[in-house]
Amino acid sequence: MTVKRITVPFDTEIVQSLKAGDRVLISGKVYAARDAAHKRMAESLEKGEELPINIDGEVIYYVGPTPAKPGQIIGSAGPTTSGRMDKYTPELLELGLKGMIGKGYRSQDVIDSIRSNQAIYFGAIGGSGALIARTIKKVEVIAYEDLGTEAIRKMVIEDFPAIVINDSYGNDWYKQGSETYRSI
Amino acid sequence: MRTIHYKDIVDKVAVICQEANYDLGEDVVNAFKTAMKNEASEIGKDVLGQLIENANIATTERVPMCQDTGVSVFIVELGQECHIDGGNLYEAINEGVKKGYEEGYLRHSIVDHPITRKKSLGYNTPSVIHVEIARGDQLTIHMSAKGGGSENMSTLKMLKPSDGLQGIKNFILETVRTAGPNACPPLVVGVGIGGNFEKCAYLAKKSLFRPIGERSHLEEIAVLEAELMEDINKLGIGPQGMGGSTTALDVKIEIAPCHIAALPVAINLNCHASRHKEITL
Ligand code: SF4
Repeated sequence: MTVKRITVPFDTEIVQSLKAGDRVLISGKVYAARDAAHKRMAESLEKGEELPINIDGEVIYYVGPTPAKPGQIIGSAGPTTSGRMDKYTPELLELGLKGMIGKGYRSQDVIDSIRSNQAIYFGAIGGSGALIARTIKKVEVIAYEDLGTEAIRKMVIEDFPAIVINDSYGNDWYKQGSETYRSI
Repeated sequence: MRTIHYKDIVDKVAVICQEANYDLGEDVVNAFKTAMKNEASEIGKDVLGQLIENANIATTERVPMCQDTGVSVFIVELGQECHIDGGNLYEAINEGVKKGYEEGYLRHSIVDHPITRKKSLGYNTPSVIHVEIARGDQLTIHMSAKGGGSENMSTLKMLKPSDGLQGIKNFILETVRTAGPNACPPLVVGVGIGGNFEKCAYLAKKSLFRPIGERSHLEEIAVLEAELMEDINKLGIGPQGMGGSTTALDVKIEIAPCHIAALPVAINLNCHASRHKEITL
């Protein structure tokens, strides 16, 4: 099975070349944000305020790492459950968010929005935080610092392993994969 | 009466909190290796391989295998001839957790208030502590770092006695199917049957402390565990929900007597980061 190497942020052409079930190694810049940061971004948008980051064309990684030990760039940093961000996601996709990395199911609303906005959802391997930490080369808190482990961080990643779950054609790998092997 | 010192408990608990998060049990690692040989899907094999590599990195670099270092759950067997000197057992355990999590760079994942979500700097405390009184003069502390992803997909249902064995099986399969990738499969599926509302939940949790591969000492329950394991692995969910033949690493069932009108069933899912350690003082 081949593994595709991709660089983020990416354009629509790359997004369209990826299909559910593709294994990828992602390199480039992503923003790390989870529950509290999403909630605050949604509140800002509701008040008509600007977001602290311009998410147009960007990729968000749902993660809340452990504290880094002295000498470490980051502590363990695997994906968290994406479904908790579903409520806030279509709005961000409308603003141009191109990709998300997390683990677990997305709602139908999010899957539809991924398709209509030509974006992509990658699944990373939950519980492999020590391994993933090695692919994170740089981390910088850039907004909502008071949120601690939940602050928005800019990360530079290199060969971060993931699998395409929801592609820009409306496919869902969690569904396809389990249906292929289901015998009950 | 044997005296056990408060400070000893604090130090030992701190150590097992770190070990649980850094060193995945041999039973789990062996289960990954066996699963890798039998796994039908390529992606599934790939995921299992990464989980083994991840466990190796965590152990050698002394870092947590998963960033969700969990709620610290304890089952304590307190010998009735033990005297704890210098403080309260619950406080000793919580102080140990605080020390272990703080010094071990483990994540603080507890909010103080479930509704306001307010969070202090309490370092992953308070823990969830269950104490069972035992014979003798020893104190055995079983610790589990229980992840939120799998806990969130756990279920409890008061079935009718007429639902019977088939009803129980259906409920378990449905729980695992609904959890899908969210609970970080391959899973350890802990089931409590009988007792009452809270007792079956406790039994389900307790079953997760048994090592992978160990069957119930009750023959009919051992058979049921094996049957369910087979059925769950036919669901096709696979490692990390990517599709495949390894959805569960094991199924554990504990039972208890119950009311004539009741059939309580609780299912506590554990992710592949099935972290537990124990110590006897
Ligand atoms: S469910 Fe388990 S393996 Fe998955 S992220 Fe949570 S603690 Fe880690």
